[in-house]
Parts: sequence; C-alpha cells; structure tokens
Amino acid sequence: MYGALWRILPGPWWIRAVLVLILVLAVAYALFTWVYPWVDSIINPLSVTVPE
Amino acid sequence: MTAPQDELPLRPRDRSRNRARRRARGRVTVVGVCGELFITAGILVLLFLGWQLWWNDAILAKGQSSAAADQNAQWAIKTSPEPSTAPSTASPAPNAPATPAEPVVDTKTYDNAEVFAIMYVPRFGAGTQRNIAQGYGMDVLNSFKMGVGHYPSTQMPGAVGNFAVAAHRSAYGGGMHLIDQFQVGDPIYIETKDGWFTYRFRNLEYVTPTATDVLDAIPRVSTKATTDRLITLTTCNPLYSTAERIAAYGTYESFRPGAGNPPPEIAADVAKWGK
Repeated sequence: MYGALWRILPGPWWIRAVLVLILVLAVAYALFTWVYPWVDSIINPLSVTVPE
Repeated sequence: MTAPQDELPLRPRDRSRNRARRRARGRVTVVGVCGELFITAGILVLLFLGWQLWWNDAILAKGQSSAAADQNAQWAIKTSPEPSTAPSTASPAPNAPATPAEPVVDTKTYDNAEVFAIMYVPRFGAGTQRNIAQGYGMDVLNSFKMGVGHYPSTQMPGAVGNFAVAAHRSAYGGGMHLIDQFQVGDPIYIETKDGWFTYRFRNLEYVTPTATDVLDAIPRVSTKATTDRLITLTTCNPLYSTAERIAAYGTYESFRPGAGNPPPEIAADVAKWGK
C-alpha cells in the first residue's frame, strides 16, 4: 500500500520524500481540523457529568 | 516499475536476483495491506490522543481565558464610574479599617450555558481565568468560551450555603488541571457583574463519582444551609481519567463591590487579562 504510493510518486528519492511529507501534513491538518473534533463530539471519553 | 537509479554494473546473475527481490518487495499482498492498515489505525488513535490532550486542550484553554477576559472587560466598563469615584471620597482615611461589604448575591435565574461569573485561582497560574456558566453539561465544559459550570441546584456566589462548580481536569482547556496543587488559604476569586468574592481554600477530598453530597449546602453533612458561605470545586481524578472525583472546598472571606474594582493583590494580574 505505502510501497505502491512510494512507487507512484515521481522524481528522485528526495522529491518523493518531500511529497510524502506534504501528504502527511495535509492528512494531519484534515484530521485535526475536521475529523477529530467530529469524533470527539461522538465519543467524549473524559466527561465529568455527575450521575444524578 | 523500476526506479531509474545509477547503479554499479552488476554481473548478470546478481542483476536477475536483484530484480526478483525487487519484484517480491513490490508485490501487494492481503497480509501486507492489512498490516499497514493496522499500523495506520494505531497511528491515527495516538494522534487523536495527542490532539485531545494537548492540541485541543491548548486551543480551548486560550479561547476560554480570553473569553473570560472579554467578560471581565464588559463588566468592568459598566461599573467603572463607581470605583473611580468611590476611592476619591474615601481617600481622607485610606488606612482606616474598611467595614466588610455585604456580599451582593445574584438572585436572577440563569439559563443553561449562560455566563454569570468568572473564576480566577492564582494557584492555577496567571491567565487561567474562566467564565462560569449555568449547568455542567459538555456544552459548558467543552466550550470555547466557558469551561467551568455551576451546578444549578447549588447556591450562587456569596450566598449562604455552597456555591459548587465543575470543570475538566485534563483536556478541553483543563480549568482545574492543577487542583491538587492547592495549599490551605489559597485565594479563589469569583467575579460577578456586582463585584469580587474572595474564598480561601480549606481542604480537598477524593471521592467516588457518585458522591454528590459534596454539593450539599454543608458538604457531606447537611443539605440545609446555616451560616457558612462555601465554595466547592469539583473535577476528575486522577489526571487523564474519570475514575474518581476531587472536591476542593473553600470558605468565604470577603466581597469587594464593583467588577472593575478587583482586589488589589490581583489587580495587576487582572489588568493583563486578554493581553
């Protein structure tokens, strides 16, 4: 999977490394901005709600 | 697809073996893809923890403290004429022992998630002020603008009885992250539109999550208020867990009228809020 990604990317190894870094950062940004807040709104593991 | 690389000339046998090895490495197998998916899932979960415990925590903490600073500025502007004239009339005897002001208890009924006070505990660090809103649901505790919730069944600031609030221990701005650092006598300041209440930390108790009697008018003793004016801060324990609760109790010390007129010992801190 990741091996295939590495082979699809063009250019010499360092260009590929830069591209991979850009991809990783883009994915992390998407996760932090949209995915994780959404997940958090569903699971909310640290609730302090008092059982009353 | 083989990468065009500058390679040393190889003997034919080496070359064919090399090609075979490369082909084997490049083959996509079910096991290989599954393994990579599992590793990816693990990384995503770890990243989520990092997001929740540090990234989002820091973002919420910043939002909550600056919202509290804005709230303070709003109240301070409204009340500023009073304190600016009051000291000038009182100036003839600056060292005279001031008669303690009667606490002004807010009797208004607030809706859920409506802000009516600000909490500031110097022990938690400068700039850790938080808005206190009615209700202890996640809409209050996980919000960008609040962070501390008042148990609606308990009394209001300065009232006889128990003013009880809740906040997260870790993550979501961690309004009470350093609650275990309290030392006896530490001030807990509660600002309302009417002025500043000073409470002094008394003791700390570790309880189970079901011990709701820490919210009683006389915590753990009686639901009937007598004469004491108390504050109770509740949060989770241990850090990064919800297994237990901490209740930190404080006793009322004094009231200072005018939201724009913070107690002198924290006036410098308050002036820096939101800057």
